[in-house]
Amino acid sequence: MNGIAVGCIYGLIALGFVLIYKATEMVNFAQGDLMMLGAFVAYTLISGLGLPYWLGLAGAVIIMAVFGYLLDAVLLRPVIGQPQFAIVMLTIGLGFILRAAAGFIWGHDPLSFETPFTGKVVNAGGVVIATENLAIIFGTVLLCAILYAFFRFTRLGVAMQASSQNQLAAYYMGIPVKRIFSMIWALSAGVAAVAGILLAPKFLIDPNMGFLGIKAFAAAVLGGFGSIPGALLGGLVIGVIEQIAGVYGPPGSHETAAYLALLLVLVLKPGGIFAQIGRKKV
Amino acid sequence: MSAPILQVSNIETYYGPIMAIRGVSLSVPEGKIVTVLGANGAGKTTILKTISGVMDPQKGTVTFEGREIQKRDPDWIMRQGIAHVPEGREVFPFLSVRENLEMGAYTRKDRNRIQEDMDRVFDYFPVLRERAGQAAGMLSGGEQQMLAIGRALMSRPRLMLLDEPSLGLSPRLVSEIFTIIRRLNSEEGMTILLVEQNAHIALQTGDYGYVLEVGRIVMEDSCSRLMEKEDIKEFYLGIREQGARGKRRWKRKKTWR
Repeated sequence: MNGIAVGCIYGLIALGFVLIYKATEMVNFAQGDLMMLGAFVAYTLISGLGLPYWLGLAGAVIIMAVFGYLLDAVLLRPVIGQPQFAIVMLTIGLGFILRAAAGFIWGHDPLSFETPFTGKVVNAGGVVIATENLAIIFGTVLLCAILYAFFRFTRLGVAMQASSQNQLAAYYMGIPVKRIFSMIWALSAGVAAVAGILLAPKFLIDPNMGFLGIKAFAAAVLGGFGSIPGALLGGLVIGVIEQIAGVYGPPGSHETAAYLALLLVLVLKPGGIFAQIGRKKV
Repeated sequence: MSAPILQVSNIETYYGPIMAIRGVSLSVPEGKIVTVLGANGAGKTTILKTISGVMDPQKGTVTFEGREIQKRDPDWIMRQGIAHVPEGREVFPFLSVRENLEMGAYTRKDRNRIQEDMDRVFDYFPVLRERAGQAAGMLSGGEQQMLAIGRALMSRPRLMLLDEPSLGLSPRLVSEIFTIIRRLNSEEGMTILLVEQNAHIALQTGDYGYVLEVGRIVMEDSCSRLMEKEDIKEFYLGIREQGARGKRRWKRKKTWR
């Protein structure tokens, strides 16, 4: 259960990677740090300003979404068209800056805030489950359902798909592609914020929690970069493998098992579990 | 003749340091089909891209319905009533046919009339109605071309830019598509700027034609007269004259050089 919950978090961060990659063909290595920032913003709203949990959650998501939008509009738009390498360096650098800024504002000591789920358990037919795990799993499922409906049924969502499938044609259709890209960043930052907030009762919040993003990146690759269900599945697989290795494997395997699994998948199926690269050439 | 709906004057467009369009002027009268002929790399596509705002000209003006539109964003130009059917169709492969058409209407304000227009597109292209729920990437080349034209119609344009609708299609499909293009012109009064390599069908379809070579207009006339010209016959229609002794004249020069 623990594994599935952690896996959901990886999946959510991986989802952020994939959203941005699919649309803009950039890999945002600061995705984990956006999650960290989201958790800190929620901490400030809930513990600092004393807002109720749900209001704090909504507030943090909105603030992060705006932050993500501006990040793209101000920082990344001028780099579009530059080599991939420049963009990768930019996002890695951005991660460092966010980490330093968070340390500066909130300090380097781990923090936590009260959530309705902290430390409670549910007894389901003899199996004891921590509510925080349930909250994570339920939250992930809900979020995915919302995102699915958004992409499938709203005009903006379909336009986002269209821009990611064929950028040039989207321009021809009069879709404001640049604004759409910024909105995808907003969406992705919002998802990261949700991940950070859901994670908060399990781990403590500190500026380095963004390094979880590296594992989420592995999850995204595992699932076949560019596939949304793949990202979620990849996250789950890595989360569960990690837990199993932690319990049954030799010491240290908790950390390495995820990457071993990644290597294995890449050797056997280089495109990832849900490879989409071949299909995209249609 | 009334004032043209689109007037391009002296545009120069560059790809980086390379000058693709070297001062082109052309005009499109309302309700007509104007065609631009030219070989690969002559700059036909670039002219259309400059009009629809995907590329900006260094010099010159593009005037649509009395308003200068050069250097504007493509979505703004689209809202003024210009729809671009890009070369190579460029449909959204993973969206359904219906969703592709909806994207064509993205800039529209009157959302309630979209269904009406979609029916109109389906009437022109019945095969699209059958495939409305399918992913556009699964359609054949001809169906994708129909979808691309239908998608452009969804914005209710007053001017349609058509870039090589015959590209990669069988002769039968080409004539089918051009029949529909002619119907759009005669039934809806749609003004069309058509860019083609297939000079035969383009000259049969168009009212007025321009010949483009390496970024310059070298000849212009009504399509019926263009078809009669020696150079057009030889270099674009592939009709060769027999020389005095039954041999091909192999060193003919184009008159415009």
